Amino acid sequence: MKLNIKEFPKIPERLGSGHRLCSGCGAPIVAKMVLMGTKDPVVVTNATGCLEVATTIFPYTAWKTPFIHSAFENSASTAAGVEAAYQSLKRQGKIKREIKILAIGGDGGTYDIGLQALSGALERGHDFVYLCYDNGAYMNTGVQRSGSTPRGSSTTTSPAGEAVPGKQQFPKDLTAICAAHKIPYVAQGAISNWKDLITKASKAFAVKGPAVLNVLSPCPPGWKHADDLAVEISDIAVNSKIWPLYEIENGQWRITYKPRDKKIRPVEDWIKMQGRFRHLTKKENHHIIEEIQQWADENWDRLERMEKATSSEGGSE
Amino acid sequence: MTKNFIKPLTGASAVSEAMRQIDPDVVAAYPITPQTEIVMKFSQFVNDGKVNTEFVPVESEHSAMSACVGASAAGARAMTATASAGLALMWEILYVAASNRLPIVMPVVNRALSAPINIHCDHSDTMGARDSGWIQIYCESAQEAYDNVIAAVRIAEHEKILLPVMVCQDGFITSHAMERVDILEDEKVKKFAGELKLPFPLLDTDNPVTYGPLDLFDYYFEHKRQQSEAISHVFEVTDSIYKEFEKISGRKYNRVETYKIKDAETAIVALNSTIGTAKDVVDALREKGEKVGLLFPRMFRPFPAEEIAEKLSGLSAVAVLDRSETFSGTGGPMLADIKSALYEKESRPTILKYIYGLGGREINPAQIEQVFSDLKEVKKGKKVEQVVYLGVRE
Amino acid sequence: MSEKGWKELEIGGRITEAGNAAKYKTGDWRTFLPDVDREKCINCLQCYLYCPDMAIEAKADGTLGKIDLDYCKGCGICSNICPVKCIEMKKEEK
Repeated sequence: MKLNIKEFPKIPERLGSGHRLCSGCGAPIVAKMVLMGTKDPVVVTNATGCLEVATTIFPYTAWKTPFIHSAFENSASTAAGVEAAYQSLKRQGKIKREIKILAIGGDGGTYDIGLQALSGALERGHDFVYLCYDNGAYMNTGVQRSGSTPRGSSTTTSPAGEAVPGKQQFPKDLTAICAAHKIPYVAQGAISNWKDLITKASKAFAVKGPAVLNVLSPCPPGWKHADDLAVEISDIAVNSKIWPLYEIENGQWRITYKPRDKKIRPVEDWIKMQGRFRHLTKKENHHIIEEIQQWADENWDRLERMEKATSSEGGSE
Repeated sequence: MTKNFIKPLTGASAVSEAMRQIDPDVVAAYPITPQTEIVMKFSQFVNDGKVNTEFVPVESEHSAMSACVGASAAGARAMTATASAGLALMWEILYVAASNRLPIVMPVVNRALSAPINIHCDHSDTMGARDSGWIQIYCESAQEAYDNVIAAVRIAEHEKILLPVMVCQDGFITSHAMERVDILEDEKVKKFAGELKLPFPLLDTDNPVTYGPLDLFDYYFEHKRQQSEAISHVFEVTDSIYKEFEKISGRKYNRVETYKIKDAETAIVALNSTIGTAKDVVDALREKGEKVGLLFPRMFRPFPAEEIAEKLSGLSAVAVLDRSETFSGTGGPMLADIKSALYEKESRPTILKYIYGLGGREINPAQIEQVFSDLKEVKKGKKVEQVVYLGVRE
Repeated sequence: MSEKGWKELEIGGRITEAGNAAKYKTGDWRTFLPDVDREKCINCLQCYLYCPDMAIEAKADGTLGKIDLDYCKGCGICSNICPVKCIEMKKEEK
């Protein structure tokens, strides 16, 4: 599919101005790009979190499409209910038109508290898209560590202290967890690569059955970077391979963007842009940067092996 | 066209029959003893093509209620069923359902809460949820459970109400005991339930609505006030729907049920199946000339305080039998409501406090007789202050 | 919007006026203001695509429209990503 940026203004705007997300927040960019992936009407369900709170402060809503927030851990099961209603009413002839359903959650609402509801909804095969805007911590409650927080990151519940230099664990692999449900489509994206991201969103909306998009979402106050860096920081995350862009389409793993030569950056470049990793630049913590680099390299190698093993040309891991 | 027919059914099966006839657009449910039979039977109806329902076999009760919230907000008639720990797991979303004004109907099979784990009847599950904003209806028998699930759909969806309803029956005692149940014609139920038309469905994508915003100190209170207003209309609406139901079924229901209380000097207040047991005892004692009666607050939320006070104020002594403990140190949950209902009355009966039947402990006619005999002593002037744990081993 | 009483509000906290957050102006959060050199602009619309506040208009003919200062929070993403560097963030005089 060929994407033309000039066509986007013709797609109805689903998330409008006047929301109260921080200046330079990545989340609304993620949401608007994903919503550019379909021309059909979309019903949005949203887990408790920054995007939900800041876009719907009563009596105002920034949403121009049907929207429901219920609780923190149930965006997927709320979407399952909307989808069931849609299927039922469509079967009874009470609704005719094609409607898409998009469930949104942050990493806290997806990797952690909402994982069970997500897993259940994926296993049952509801026809919906789940979007995780992943900013790597509980930003809405003031930057607490989540299952997605990168190793070494300082958060308010994994602070860089005298004895412990930030979060000790590496993040869990949500994208692979979702892929393990053998659903039609799973992808990881970043706003820096907008064509890649919107193409993935289009595929996610087009498939019958569940699809998951895990999208990196820079957070100026949580990551402690300047307000204008959301896109640049995503770009370096992608080119340092700490946030690879790939998709799993009907079981086939494919890396959708492979940084080459000059483009490739050490993860240290990405780490140095963010205040949450500041303590890692101390000499005694430098080994953590090396570990993160090694983790990213191993993850990339694994992705390449998966790509090869599942390609239509065959091959085995 | 099918006809009314009498069928031997358990309380759980009677409820699944009601659900089949209501034919909700969406049912999202999870198995839990002793509710499971409802979901099993209903799944069979789904897979036999007897209903139009989209059945969502969720991975937890939390998701069951969440899916019902999504489905109801989307504009569908949504139902689930649960018990005990399942209701406890739904807790957070019970409030969301009520506060979003979603008319979800949920049969509940009353069962004790853990720990220790226990699968048998008491009312600690629904009593804990009594202030969640749901309407609560209690049922003595399988017939009552069947009838009230059907009536509940209309109460919940009434434009003045738009609140979810729990229809409660006793675990095993009612849910698994076979009774004669008069099943209405399918067409009658279908017509009675009617077409659902909810305001602002999510699936009306031409008119996008936002549900569940962040509501701060400037508006939250107003939205809670609206809920209280809706609750204040529940009695009038229920009365008219019960009247309408009587026309199609011949069976009469009241918010407050009484048995031989008109000239009674003493009475027992209890819920659900215990009322059935107590009726036999009342009959036997009446034959001996004792002026005894019963009161059953069928509707527990909202609480019909005025009506109950009216019916109890002239009595000499009343025993309130709670099948759950509040651990407030002052007795069970119903006791507190009954006492406060009577506070405004000039003439008030002496009240005896009982907690009984926890975790399915049997309540038998001899124990009920004992309570009436205690009441008789009190009428004669005996003072009993403390809570009595009826049927516990010392 | 005047604060309505409970009888006037839609029940359940529903907001029935889609996109009415547009009545809430976030422009006054801003310290820096984007200044576009229209001569240099190549109408690539990257700034429209990346604006987190939907404050940059793309016209139907595919050219860059106006920047809505009612909503622009002055984050500077547009300036940062502009491939021809035609957007300068200037300190706003208030």
